Amino acid sequence: MTTAVPPKGTGPLAKREARLAWGLLFPTIFSVAMVIILPLLSIFWISFKPIGLADLRPPVPVVREQVRGRPAAAGDSATIEYRLRNSSQDKAIKGVTLEDDWPPGLTLTGEVPEGCALNGQTFFCDFGDIDPKYNNRMKIEIEVGQAFFDWGGDPKDSEPIVTGTADFILTNSEFTLENFARIFDGSEFWSVFGVTMFYTLFGTIGALVVGLFAAMLLNQEFRGQGILRGLYLFPYVAPVIAVAFTWVTLFDPTSGSANELLIRMGVTDEGINFFGQKPLALIMVTIFEIWRYFPLSFLFILARLQSIDSDMYEAADMDGASPFQKFWYLSLPMLLGILSVLFLLRFIWTFNKFDDIFLLTGGNAGTRTLTVNVYEQAFAVSNIGAGAAVAVVVFGCLLVFSIFFFKFISREEGL
Amino acid sequence: MSALRKGNIVGPVIGLLWLLVIATTVAVMMSFITGAAFRPGLIGSLLIGTGLGAAALRVKDKWLLIGGGAVATFVLMMIDFGPVLTGDGVTFVHKILTAVLIGIGAGWPLHSMLGGHPTGEMNRHEFEEIVIRFLTGFGYVFFTAIVVIPFYVMVMTSLKSQQALLQNPLDFTVDLSRGWGLFRSYHELFRDFNFGSYLWTSFIVSVITVFVTLLFSVPGAYAVARLRFRGAAAFSRSILMIYMVPMIVVALPIYIVFSMTGLRNSLFGLVLIYPVTTIPVSLYMLQGYFRGLPAEVEEAGLMDGLSRLAVIWKITLPLSLPALASVSLYVFMIAWNEFLLAFMLLDDPSKFTLTRGVASLNSSEVPRQHLMAGAVIATVPIMVLFLGLEKFMTKGLTAGSVKG
Repeated sequence: MTTAVPPKGTGPLAKREARLAWGLLFPTIFSVAMVIILPLLSIFWISFKPIGLADLRPPVPVVREQVRGRPAAAGDSATIEYRLRNSSQDKAIKGVTLEDDWPPGLTLTGEVPEGCALNGQTFFCDFGDIDPKYNNRMKIEIEVGQAFFDWGGDPKDSEPIVTGTADFILTNSEFTLENFARIFDGSEFWSVFGVTMFYTLFGTIGALVVGLFAAMLLNQEFRGQGILRGLYLFPYVAPVIAVAFTWVTLFDPTSGSANELLIRMGVTDEGINFFGQKPLALIMVTIFEIWRYFPLSFLFILARLQSIDSDMYEAADMDGASPFQKFWYLSLPMLLGILSVLFLLRFIWTFNKFDDIFLLTGGNAGTRTLTVNVYEQAFAVSNIGAGAAVAVVVFGCLLVFSIFFFKFISREEGL
Repeated sequence: MSALRKGNIVGPVIGLLWLLVIATTVAVMMSFITGAAFRPGLIGSLLIGTGLGAAALRVKDKWLLIGGGAVATFVLMMIDFGPVLTGDGVTFVHKILTAVLIGIGAGWPLHSMLGGHPTGEMNRHEFEEIVIRFLTGFGYVFFTAIVVIPFYVMVMTSLKSQQALLQNPLDFTVDLSRGWGLFRSYHELFRDFNFGSYLWTSFIVSVITVFVTLLFSVPGAYAVARLRFRGAAAFSRSILMIYMVPMIVVALPIYIVFSMTGLRNSLFGLVLIYPVTTIPVSLYMLQGYFRGLPAEVEEAGLMDGLSRLAVIWKITLPLSLPALASVSLYVFMIAWNEFLLAFMLLDDPSKFTLTRGVASLNSSEVPRQHLMAGAVIATVPIMVLFLGLEKFMTKGLTAGSVKG
């Protein structure tokens, strides 16, 4: 007699369900892989390549065809001219060929250039390798027969086809460590790193503290609470471009209202260059970061505050706890979870932030963070390889943070 | 410490601190409104602050405090010792207005901070209550000021002319006699700078982004929330990791590929990228909501012979309309405000999105008021959406605002 045992493994129903699940997830996985994961991996490849902004166009052979002589009747002679050019100034192209379909009724009268042949109506040339800056004209004398006029088409309709392969820097096997040597060279890297850490740390902590203060304010019922809550979210909801330019206008050294106000109040004699002086610019962008992101932490903290059981506060009242004691011994410990989640998330996001500093100072006056440096190296200095190398450094830092984050946070709050 | 906890000491100290806050606020406010010189004065604040602080403990009627504060301020201002000192060009009416504002701003809050507390010994509760009330009042003034001032400057600058701005950057008085001329910058932006088409482009790109995002993330979120398969936990965790990837790192290879394939300068390229940046956050928000829905309704649907996809379409989606609204709004906001990719991938002025268009105004050749008018145009639609649908928006923000 056999004893009944529960079925083992996955049955057909479970298999079908899993298949459906992966099917539903496929669009997401595919798109994220194409747009996020693939570029992320390619950054490593690019960072070892000596590539500049100008190298993005691979060298190609360019040909132009012209018919000269305006043949008007059968028996007229004309010239077909091909002009072949190498688009690159410093790279050769290998195996260049040209192929063109001629209209009917043309007969050769002169010499065919070297390497070319007319086969029926197909004109074919093999140029072999062409040098950088190559630029050559070929003239072919022809006679136009009646068949051409009977055909009546436009000889320009058939575009000549050129082929040729060039060494493309992104796909060849040339690698270099120069990009990394370049970005780690000298003290610049460490000053950029220091600026990034200052901005990230103080921006995050500041936004948390200010957000906590705002949440405490709004954690009481009164008329107009909803309006104030909406108002305090404005800095976060408005487009970064609008608020960043407003700050730049407001703190302009010559025509900014803030400076005018300070002068009128007698605080300063002449306009302060808030976004153009060395330590001040960094402090200002950090304050901007706090200003822009305190709404986010305040929203989270407020949501958590409102879910705290009021029984606890009643019990504390019975025990005679003072308001500050209630804050320190009740609210704060209850908020510790969300505060640490917010800290780590905001830390990583502030570290990643690019737009704000880019729009406020463009990375000048000692405000260049790592992410701004990616852009500076790749586009301002036109060295994409170096930009990619900085991006790799950014990614490495993030990996360290993320490992820490998942070790530490996954037990808290379950975000 | 406890020796100092006497009403007669706490009252005046709080009064002084509060008056410094209010004097600064009123001075800044009057400067921004009139463009003339106002600044907080120490001696006047000291006199009125300590006086009102001491009085607030004793006087029960708040109108008496307000009136007394206003009259005292006005008298002191006349002999140039006021809590707010005025410079040239301040009219008599402005002085009266200042005195009234100080009276209200000092008398009323001080009454609610200190009213009913003893003049003598205070216990810890009473003392901390006063400090908290003071901090609360300060908080409201502080936060309102830091949020309102930049937006006020943004709107008002856009209504000014270049000369007026250079002449007195503080003068934000609106010359109503200019009528529609006030909106000249806006008119010029739409006429000469193609802003109508930027608005439309931004709108179209954002709407497409919302639709594609929902199309991709709804099935994904459903699978994560409802279906059992190996790797579900690992998947929902790694989708969160996507948050941690900085856009600038990804943007560089995308720029290279787009340059080579000719997708740069095309809105199609933009629409290829935008949804992917929002799909993870949307999937994460939706799966949280789907989990909260009762599975029994869906099972009933399955029993009645609906396929899974039909269940999603006919049961799950109608039940989760509020969540869909939140997610859509949030995604719309991200797409509308997106700057980095638009900046890197679009060079052709005929294809700019609104944020890219505003960025192109930031040059020394374009006057400031045009830049600010552009900023207003970019801000207003998102603000209207936000204020109109604040409930959904706040929910979307809290659920998904892991993203910066």
